[in-house]
This record gives sequence, C-alpha cells and structure tokens, in this order.
Amino acid sequence: MRHLLRSPAGLAGTTLVTIMVILAIIGPPIWGAEAERINPSAILQGVSDAHPLGTDNLGRDILARVMVAGRLSLLLALLTTLIGAVIGTVLGALPSVLPRRGARVVTGTVNALVAFPGLLLAMFTAVVAGLGAKGAVLGIGVAIAPGFARLTQTLAASVAGADYVSAARMLGVPRMRVMTRHVLPNIAEPLILNLTQALGSALLALAGMSFLGLGVQPPSFDWGRLLFEGFSRIYDTPAVALGPAVAVALAGIGFNLLGDALARAAARTTTPAKAAPVPAARQEIEEPDPEAVLEVRDLTVTFPGGVTPVRGLSLTVAPGEIVGLVGESGSGKSLTSSAIGGLVPYPGKVTTGRLRLCGVDLAELPEQERRKLLGTSLAMVFQDPMASLNPALRVGGQLAEVATVHQGASREKAWERAVDRLDHVHIPEPERRARQHPHELSGGMRQRVVIAMGLMGTPRLIIADEPTTALDVTVQRQILRLLRQVTAETGAATLFISHDIAVVGELCDRVVVMYAGRVVEELPVDQLVTGAAHPYTRALVASLPDMDTDRSLPLASIPGRQPAPAEVGAGCAFAPRCALASDRCAELPPLIPYGKAHSVACWEAQ
Amino acid sequence: MIIKNLTVRFGAFTAVDDVTLEIPQGAIVGLVGESGSGKSTLAKAVTGLVRYTGEISGADTRRIQMVFQNPYASLNPRMTVGASVAEGLRLPRADRAAEVERLLSLVSLPGAVAQRYPRELSGGMRQRVAIARALGARPELLVADEITSALDVSVQGSVLNLVRSLREELGLSMLFISHNLAVVRYVSDVVAVMHQGRLVETGPTEEVVDAPRHDYTRSLLEAVPRLGRVS
Amino acid sequence: MAGIPRLQGRRLLAGGVSLARARSAFLLRHLIRFVISLAVLLVASFAMIHLIPGDPVRASLGQAAPIELVEARRAALGLDQPILTQLATYVRNVLSGDFGTSFLSGEPVGDVIATRLPNTLTLALLATVVALLIAVPLGMWAGVRTENGRNRGTEATFTSATGTAIAVPEFLYAIVLVAAFAIGLGWFPPAGKGGPESYVLPILSLAIAPAAMIARISRVETLRELGSDYVRLARAKRLPAPRLYIRHVLPNTLTATLTIGGLLLTGLIAGSVLVEYVFAWPGLGLRIVESITQKDYPVAQGVILVYGAIVLVVNLLVDVLLGVLDPTSAVKET
Repeated sequence: MRHLLRSPAGLAGTTLVTIMVILAIIGPPIWGAEAERINPSAILQGVSDAHPLGTDNLGRDILARVMVAGRLSLLLALLTTLIGAVIGTVLGALPSVLPRRGARVVTGTVNALVAFPGLLLAMFTAVVAGLGAKGAVLGIGVAIAPGFARLTQTLAASVAGADYVSAARMLGVPRMRVMTRHVLPNIAEPLILNLTQALGSALLALAGMSFLGLGVQPPSFDWGRLLFEGFSRIYDTPAVALGPAVAVALAGIGFNLLGDALARAAARTTTPAKAAPVPAARQEIEEPDPEAVLEVRDLTVTFPGGVTPVRGLSLTVAPGEIVGLVGESGSGKSLTSSAIGGLVPYPGKVTTGRLRLCGVDLAELPEQERRKLLGTSLAMVFQDPMASLNPALRVGGQLAEVATVHQGASREKAWERAVDRLDHVHIPEPERRARQHPHELSGGMRQRVVIAMGLMGTPRLIIADEPTTALDVTVQRQILRLLRQVTAETGAATLFISHDIAVVGELCDRVVVMYAGRVVEELPVDQLVTGAAHPYTRALVASLPDMDTDRSLPLASIPGRQPAPAEVGAGCAFAPRCALASDRCAELPPLIPYGKAHSVACWEAQ
Repeated sequence: MIIKNLTVRFGAFTAVDDVTLEIPQGAIVGLVGESGSGKSTLAKAVTGLVRYTGEISGADTRRIQMVFQNPYASLNPRMTVGASVAEGLRLPRADRAAEVERLLSLVSLPGAVAQRYPRELSGGMRQRVAIARALGARPELLVADEITSALDVSVQGSVLNLVRSLREELGLSMLFISHNLAVVRYVSDVVAVMHQGRLVETGPTEEVVDAPRHDYTRSLLEAVPRLGRVS
Repeated sequence: MAGIPRLQGRRLLAGGVSLARARSAFLLRHLIRFVISLAVLLVASFAMIHLIPGDPVRASLGQAAPIELVEARRAALGLDQPILTQLATYVRNVLSGDFGTSFLSGEPVGDVIATRLPNTLTLALLATVVALLIAVPLGMWAGVRTENGRNRGTEATFTSATGTAIAVPEFLYAIVLVAAFAIGLGWFPPAGKGGPESYVLPILSLAIAPAAMIARISRVETLRELGSDYVRLARAKRLPAPRLYIRHVLPNTLTATLTIGGLLLTGLIAGSVLVEYVFAWPGLGLRIVESITQKDYPVAQGVILVYGAIVLVVNLLVDVLLGVLDPTSAVKET
C-alpha cells in the first residue's frame, strides 16, 4: 500500500477512486432531492451561481444530477464486471478440467471472442433485450468475459506447466486439489488486479451506451445519460455536456491509474538490503605493462545501495594467451567482462585505476576513437547463441555491418569479407548460410557466426563469456578448438569466462579464480590440480567429479553458500565456509605472489 | 523395473524410439545424452507425464517419483516446505509432522526447515526438499532429471553424495538423467547412452566408460572436458 | 553474475521443408477458423431477430398498428415460415448481397451499407495510421531513454500520461475537441463530412487512446530487445546509435506492435460508432444507433453482421501478416 501511494500516478488513482466511492455513497442522500426537483421557471438555463452546470429541460440542477448519477454508474459497472469476471474465470478454468477435445473447443471460442469489440456485443444485446440498462450490462458483461477467460487460461497454463504441479500430480494429489492449492493461489493476484481495470472499462463502455441513448433510460440516469441529454445543447452551453464528461473521464482515469499502480506494486521485487560500501583494497599501481593487450587495475563495479559485485579486480592478458576467469554464479565474473567491454548496464558504475587495451589507456581516448578501437579490436561471445544474433536480420548482413560502419568498406566488399569469415570458422556453404536468418542455424553454428563476427576486424582481445554453457559437449569441444585456433592465428588475447573449471582447465593457459567479487587466486593451468594454494580453489577442484574420480569416496563439497554482493563483509569473504579460517581472516588478505606466475589472496595459503 | 519397446511420438517426430531398459532393484541407472536425445522425454514417459506406447513392468507406475532440474520451479512458492513435503503422504494428520521431520533428516536437513518457504532456501537445499517430497511417497523408482545441472559445483557434490547414500541406506532404485558424463559415471551402477531417441549402448559403468563399444559413446567420452588436458 | 548455466531442451527445426509445411498448415488453420467464425456470426445475426421477446414486428410497429400491416410485414420478412427455412433463405440472401429492406425508409439495407461503409472504414484506417505514426517513435524513444530504469522522471511521466490517455474513451475526446476547437475556437467544422479539415477532429478523437496504448507496447518491446544479447553484441561492435535502434531494434519490436495495432483497428471500428454519433459522420455507426433506437431491425441486423465480418477479416489479416513477418510464430503455435 505504501508503494502504491508513493508514485504520483498511484496516488492520483487511489484518490480518484476513493472520491468516486464516497460520492456513490453520499451523493444520493445529499443531492438526491435537488436532482429530482422540477422547476418550470428555470428550464434549460446556462451556467450561473445557483446552477454551476446549468439546468435541464425540466429545470433540474445538472450539478446535483451529476453528483447523484455516480452511484448508478458505479453500481452498473460493478455488476457488469462481476458478470464478466465470473463467466470469464469459469471459461478460463474449464480447459484445465475438461478432456482434451472439449478444452480445445473452449479455448478456440475464447480466442475468437476475445478480439470482438465489446460495444458490438452490447449492441447485439441491446437489440434483443430492448433499450435499457439490462441490455447494456448483459452485453458488456459478456463482452468482458473472454478477456478474463484468456487471462485465466494463460495464467493457469503457465502454472500448470510448473514443475511443482507435475510433482503434485505424481504424488497423486487429486485434480481439484491441485487446482485449489497450487494453481488458483498463484494466479489470484493478477486476476484481482485485472478486476480494477475491467471495472474502469465497464464504466466507460456503459457510459458510451447511455450516451448513444441505448443504455440507461429515463427516469433513471447515469453519467452517460446526462451526457446524452447535454450533448444536444453543446453548441449553446458546452458546460452541460462537459460536466458529466469530466465525471466519466475522472472515473475512467482513476480506475486505470489505480490498476496500473497495483500491477506495478505487485511486480515490484523486494530491494536488497543495503550494505555499507567496502573500500577496495587499493594498491600502488605499478608501471603499465607494454606487452599486455589488456591491462586492468582496480576495477570496481558498484550498484546503488552500496552493492559492489566486483571489488578492486586486477588482470593482465598477453597476446596469444588464453586466460580463464572462473567462479561460481554470483562471483562477479560476467560483470567483470561487461565492464571491460564497456557494457555494464545502468545503474551500475565502473571505476578503474587503469584500463588499457592494446597499450592505449581507454580513459584518455576521445569517444569517437574509443568506439572505433573497441568496435574493431574487441570481439565478444556470449552464453546464449540463440539470443546473440538479431533474429530479424540475415547472418551475412550482421557480419558485414562491422566492416561498413568501422572500416568504411563498400557493401559488396563487406559482404565478401563476411562470407570469407564464415568460411574461416568452418561453416560449410558460407554463401548460402550468409543469406539465411539465425533461426535456420544450429546452436553451434550460431556460436561460430558470433566468433566470425569478431573476426571481421582484427581482434586484439576476445572476451568469451560462458560461450559453450548452452551447448552440448561434442559441440562445445569444436567451439573450444575454434577459439584456440583463432587466438593462435590472430595473436589476440582471450579472456574466457566460465563456471566450469574443467573447461577452463582444458582450454586456458592461465586461470584467475574469483570469489565474491575478488580475485582469490591466479595460477598457471598446470598448477590447477596439484598446486592450487587457496582453499576455495582446492575445494572447487576437489568437488568436481571427472572421469578419473574415485567412485568409492564421497565427493568434496563446500558447506554454506557464496555471499551475495550486498552481504560481503570487510574480511575474507570465503572465511565462513573455510576449514582453515582463523582470526586473521577478519582482515582482507591481499593478493600476493606465491611462486612463479602464481599469486593468492589467503592468510592460510599452503 | 523393466521398460520394454517404449516409444514416444509428437506428431511426426519420434522423440523416444523403441527403448528397452532394465533398472535393477536397488541400482542407479545413469541415462546420458545430449539435448534432443530424448532422455527427458523418456523420464516423462516413465513418470506418466507424456503418452507412450510400449510396456513398463515390475513397478507400480503410481509409485514412481521424479525430481526436476530447476530447484526454483519445483516447489510451490506459496506453500511451506513442510506442506509441500506432506502433500504426498498417506498418513493421519497427527503423524504427518513426525514423518516430514524424518524425511527431511533423510536428506540431511534440520526439521526447522519445514516452517520455511522455498524462497528462503538455497538451490541445493531446495533440491534436497524436492527429494524428500518424492521419498515421502515411498517410491519404487526415483527419476532424477538433471537434478544438479542448475547447481554450482561446490553444492553439486553434496547432492550427488546424497543420491549415493540414499541408494546404500534405503536400497532406492533410480533413473539418473544427466548430460554430464562425469556426473553420471560417479553415481551410476549402469550407464545407458541415448542418441537421437535411441539407446545406443547400455552396460555396467566401468565397461561403458573404459571400453565403449559404440562410436557415439566414444565421441561423447572424448568430448568430456578434463582438467589439465591440453587439446 | 553468470546466470544458471542454461540447459538444452530446445529442439531445432529440421530444415526449411518442415518450416514451409508448418507455414501452410498455419494458414489453412486460420482460414478454417475464419470460415467457422463467419458461419457462427451469420447464425448469430439471424438469431438476433428471433431472440427478441415477443413479436419483433409488433415491437417495431407499436401496439396500435393495424393487424393487416403487421401480417403483411411478417410475410415480407418470411416470419411465417418454419425457422430452418427462414435461416436457409437468410443465408442465401446474405450471400447474394440481399440484406433485406429498412422498415423505416424502405431502402435496401445493402445500399445503406454500400454508401456508408466507406466513410467508416476511411475514418478507422486513417486513425490507425495516425496512431501508429505517433506511437511507434514515441514508444521507442521512451524505451531508449528509460532503459534499465534510468530517467525515472521520464518513465513516470510517460506511464501516467499514457495511462490517462488510454483511460479516456474516444467519445469524450470527441466532445472535448468539439467544444474546444470547433465551438470555442472555430478552427474546424463541428460536424459532418466535408473537406480535409472535417477529418481532423474525428481522427484525433479516435487515435489518441490507441496511440497511447501502442506507445506503451512499443516501449516495453523496445526495452525487451535492448536487454537482449544481440543488442549487447551490437553495442560491443560499437554500432552508431541510429543504426542500432532503427536497423536492429525496430524490426524486432514491430511484430508485437503491429499485432496490437491490428487488434486496435477492430476496437477503432467499434469506437467509430460513438465518434460518428458526436460528429454526425455519415458512416455505419450513426445509422446503427438510429436503427436500434427506432427498432429498424433489418438495418440493425445487417450493420452488426458487417461490423462483425470486418472484425473477423482484420483478425485474419493480422494473423496471416504475423505468420509472414515472423516465421517462427507460425511454427511456435503448433
């Protein structure tokens, strides 16, 4: 409720609806007599102090009539909505209970009806039932029903497909009980939300019918009827029509804004608890490494509220080298890759002590040149090859545009290069594939296309973020080979991000292990199995079953879980799960050299 | 339990093609295959969630339970853990709390978890709750469909250990489905390899892993990433 | 912050053959659905007259009408025939373009429809075009500006403004526009169909609410596309902003936007009834209101049938267009 009143729209909606409800309750007792009082000496008057909205053809005060008409308008709208909601919910729930064929008929009917404008149905019933509120209410009520039915159906279908419903069915929970315990509670909220908006539309539709003279008939009157009576006089006294028009509009707006705000409040997820920002462990920044393709010092990514998923990370990648950045979900590894690529989503903030690409400090480069440098020398590959390509554009065109935009190539030249690059990543029949859309390609082939896209320029740095996680192992193997080949050919530096330590161990030259936003260990790949020094790295290696794991022994596992970015404290983040933890771990261990090309951040490293 | 000539068709597409497989009492049969191999469809057929032709014998089909891949979707968010676990119990109301506690302790969870809601638990804990719920029905067969693939490696180990201890302590028969051959190898007594809807190779784990007979099994084994192997 | 490793389970479409087959099956299915709906509509419009309690002729002519007139009218309408014969005659007549004659004016209902339908369709189509032209750029702009929750002010303004605009029905816009621009300022004619200036107010009244609705959808679609990996990749390629938005994002938002646009067109055709009433626009809407209040049943029946048929045709076109624009939607359905 507090959320609701916080936004101006929610506040306005709530206020308007409250006023409407109060008006419906107190209107008739207060203004009822005046609204009905006929005054032959004051017929068809315009605006005056005594009659702010004028009088009608029997001399009745129109303002009083507007105040009184609210009750009938609201009651009819409520009745209409209830009719629609009841019919609709039943129709929508039927397919889940009916046998297959019956369900299909109901679904088909609902789908056909849902697109049918309510006003047409209302006119149909107006012909059949005759002019009056009854016809309008029935017609519009029936017209609202398919919308409800469709909503119920979609919601119920999505819940019915949930694993917990399958589980309940397997446990032999009866059908009705599945409906009442699992399905209905999980769809009730959006249905109730929809009622608010439906109430608004019902009110407007009824007003429309009455305005056409097809709805409420005298001596009863709702806002629409007042509008009907006032409209004929709009040329001389617009106020008599505008008064009821404003009432209808305010009611419609009120219900709509309230419905919107309710929906938004329901969708809002709880904001994470705030944690005090932890200052990154700042070290003296040494001289830049002239050999490195990528040099990152003290990279920090923060989100509002002191949430810091990446904390003071430093990283260097040399030409022709593949560095694996490994960590479990929530370690900050993907955000690190986004930060290096300049793709951290708003409202994340990136700060770096230094970020150099190909020996150039990106911070010192003018915007235009930075775009060009990143556009041609950085290649990125993401996890989901289904989503990485634009479904609406041909594969070849998506490759070619890199050349036309950044290298000023002509269309033909760019297309030729695109085909050549596709061929280079071993895509058979590259000319034909270039003319196809992404959905015509398999997952592995799409990932090749994304890699080929990176090869349109001369990539100096390749960032591959979980590029094989969505692929089968046999396809994964081919993509890993391709990455290795491309790195060797181009002499690019490759940063390979993965949760899978086995893949990293197989592909990379050097491994950087992240935990809770920090690098905890950096080591050559041949040290990974036997020479890891950090207890987290060691546990990670031990808990991974591979083809040589002793099956007679239980697997290692790490108790507890990795802290969320907002929960990371001042000391070593791994300490609460660590068997070796001591008092010293309350203080943050620095990343210090530990043998050749090996560094570790742990007080108890062994 | 014996699966005989089981076939599942979706229109013109044959997802599971004439599969025959025996799951011996008290054994874990690992079913491995890539996406689209039909392994998950086979699981659904065995648990009665899709229609199939063929024959399943040797087990009461109503006493086959399943644990799903995604621990975030397999528990009703509006029910407490205790209520979810108790749902399948055929016991008088008074005995349920004790049984829920016993089931939770089987999966090494404290009894207090019963009062919590799924959103308060980690992925690994939820997966344990899902297993406890399935155990409550005293299943003759437990089907585990990719139950560790949504979990982090450091948590995966404890779930795999649980799977093995359940077999040893309760003599539970299990069909363990995974795309990860290393995981299947670790928990299974028998390995069955599925490819394009067919079972291409079945045999004791050591035999299949050390001396594969089918080409596809060989290429699958070859593709498994290994720590420290430079390709 | 890597997500849970995504697991397979998606099955690829096997080549182009099955795609083509799925597409023609999709078209056929929609065609069959259309024909069934049309038949149901025909029967419903026939049943309408028969559902009227009591005698429709008596209801129409009034209690005082001489019995001979009532009988003659009944015979002319075929109401003395068995019901199935009546239905058969009705269907045959409608299919040959004979919708009966007006009780009031005596002119053939088919002629009424032929002269008035174009005026209604022009209004509805122009309003749809205007709504799309305003809404799509507006929604995209709002989407780009409010990506990932930036510019909360713009977002709040946009949502409450469109929320308000959607909540006001077309006839209120019409009344307010007439009062302000026709009666108050005298810029446009208050009623009737004449030169181009007479189109402005009716089209505006019809277009505002749908425009707000489409703008909202266009924004949501834009936001969704902006969050997708292919946009991340396009950004990693450092494509210039206009190219990114127009070439990459826009085509992918259009499918959903056009679907809603098509559905709104059917809503517009109904909404035009009220707007025509306000502006005394010589379309079908004005005529149906008259025919219902004056119990001119043949006209009401014919016009409702035509409206219903238009809705069905528009829906069919939207579905087919969608199948052509987005080939995967045809397959997804199966």
